[in-house]
Amino acid sequence: MLYREAGDFKTTYSEDSQTFPIRFDRLGFYVTLLVAFGLVPLFINDYWANAVFVPFLIYAIAAIGLNILVGYAGQVSLGTGGFMAVGAYAVYKLMTSFPDVPVLIHVLLAGGITALVGVLFGLPSLRIKGFYLAVATLAAQFFLVWLFNKVPWFYNYSASGQITVPQSKMLGFYVTGAQTSASAKYLFCLVILTLLAVIARNLTRGTVGRKWMAIRDMDIAAEIIGVNPLNAKLTAFAVSSFFIGVAGALFFAVYLGAAEVTEAFGIQKSFLILFMVIIGGLGSIFGSFAGAAFLVLLPVFLKNVLVGQLGWPTDLAAHLELMIVGALIVGFLIAEPHGMAQLWRLAKEKLRLWPFPH
Amino acid sequence: MPVSHAEEGYVTADGRQIGGTLMELKNITLRFGGVVAIKDISFDIRDGEIRAIIGPNGAGKSSMLNVISGFYVPTEGDVYFKKVKRGPMKPYEVARLGIARTFQNIALFDGMSVLDNIMTGRLTMMKSGLLSQALWYGAAAREEYAHREKVERIIDFLEIQNIRKTPVGRLPYGLKKRVELARALAAEPKLLLLDEPMAGMNVEEKEDMSRFILDLNDEFSTTICLIEHDMGVVMDLSDRVVVMDYGRKIGDGTPDEVRNNQDVIDAYLGVAHD
Ligand SMILES: Nc1ncnc2c1ncn2[C@@H]1O[C@H](COP(=O)(O)OP(=O)(O)OP(=O)(O)O)[C@@H](O)[C@H]1O
Ligand SMILES: [Mg+2]
Repeated sequence: MLYREAGDFKTTYSEDSQTFPIRFDRLGFYVTLLVAFGLVPLFINDYWANAVFVPFLIYAIAAIGLNILVGYAGQVSLGTGGFMAVGAYAVYKLMTSFPDVPVLIHVLLAGGITALVGVLFGLPSLRIKGFYLAVATLAAQFFLVWLFNKVPWFYNYSASGQITVPQSKMLGFYVTGAQTSASAKYLFCLVILTLLAVIARNLTRGTVGRKWMAIRDMDIAAEIIGVNPLNAKLTAFAVSSFFIGVAGALFFAVYLGAAEVTEAFGIQKSFLILFMVIIGGLGSIFGSFAGAAFLVLLPVFLKNVLVGQLGWPTDLAAHLELMIVGALIVGFLIAEPHGMAQLWRLAKEKLRLWPFPH
Repeated sequence: MPVSHAEEGYVTADGRQIGGTLMELKNITLRFGGVVAIKDISFDIRDGEIRAIIGPNGAGKSSMLNVISGFYVPTEGDVYFKKVKRGPMKPYEVARLGIARTFQNIALFDGMSVLDNIMTGRLTMMKSGLLSQALWYGAAAREEYAHREKVERIIDFLEIQNIRKTPVGRLPYGLKKRVELARALAAEPKLLLLDEPMAGMNVEEKEDMSRFILDLNDEFSTTICLIEHDMGVVMDLSDRVVVMDYGRKIGDGTPDEVRNNQDVIDAYLGVAHD
């Protein structure tokens, strides 16, 4: 079966605006879903869950969130780590205060709380842009980390200053706490990611997505055609922070189990997720997945191949990772700001016309 | 033909009925610090007419259009739209009044497809909530497809079907101008403002654009106010012309009247000002 658009006629606007207009892509999508939900949980073990799958799923949520803000709405943010911390501490406070409420609700509520905080820190974006906004969000990053360190109420006055997740169940299975199985962690995150990815896709292909992109591409023209910039920017901050908050909540509750804010949600986290978005592709949901997968897999790959097989020292492999990521960031920013997603798109365009060059 | 002062409208040479005053500008002055871009100008735009503003470079035409669109608030003078005096407004509030425009230096959203660009023209009419959009269910989906249908009609009208999904940044200049017009039309404006819609186009593209402007005035009875340098085009298209020079109005009337106005002839031949 060839990758073709011809003969795949659209007769309604709903068919035309669907997420995968080409039959082959649609098929690929269903197969991916089937494998992700049906196959992986059967074989997943603790190593694969902790090293690859769970961090990938969580980072993908965060990357989609940041991409909405940076890639779609054009507002730079270096506060991702801080906003993830808000999600983590919110879910911690909620779980310890209301242990009987299902953890899924808490995770979503944590997202909602982060959305409010995001809107608050998004307010300066109405006045400042670009570099200055980046600095303002950087301030938010440091302020939030400082706050969670400084106010003992946030970590329930624990002696270590750490937060530790209580056990909790969904549908009879543990999803947080020491007794959680690899497949339960994986499935819990996968369900949330799938849900949020669909929502992100719907938002970005519709009215609000167009408002965001209009503000990104030319804010004055956007205003003149009737976009209220206050409204558009703050919804972008709200939706983006919701995603990032959910990611932070999962990162703490499902992945880490226990966290110390500076270590888990420091400025490195902000950069890591920004790099995922840049390498994967600004303004692309698929790119957010690709970027998250790449930056989760790269260290695992380097460690297994270079350290495990070739016997390199660990720190050398780690340095190599930094260099590769750095080179890729510079390369993509200069040559292809739309990242891996655009390379993939171009490859498909070529394929669609293959074997004819034009 | 003393048409300019009949309050209840007039009939054009080609038999179109022009209505009463849609927009009235009274003693408009606009200063930028020391620069006086517009000096005490009054004129009106009638319902259904094609009104042109012409003048040499830097005459203040674009500034005038910005005053009409509400983007600039005049330093002195009043603007009446549909007989109501207009106070200072935010740009996005103007769009909701039914005034749409294109720009001298195309202001499209380069990262978005042609279709999405044109769909933005309908943003002020789309009302579904964030939640409904997130789930692509009910109001949001219905609204999207209803507006898409309207937009497709404009795409057909402007003959840009084959570039629907192309990112605007990749289009040549002439097509960008057309997409920008499409976006303005998508708002179904009462008053359409075009700032040099044919600048930089070749003869063929100019003919197409003129045809679109005449057709849309005719079919949708859109009132149009346009700035244009090409005198031939202006004389063919417009019902009445305002001539500006150095921020002042030096002529106002039908193309024939303006053509024979001595001040206008002087301005265009570059006679020294006293
Ligand atoms: N935002 C602004 N700030 C300061 N001066 C301005 C501004 N906009 C316009 N001007 C000045 O006002 C005068 C009129 O400019 P305007 O753009 O309205 O002329 P125009 O008739 O549209 O010219 P062109 O044919 O070159 O487009 C010029 O001297 C210009 O420098
Ligand atoms: Mg101008």
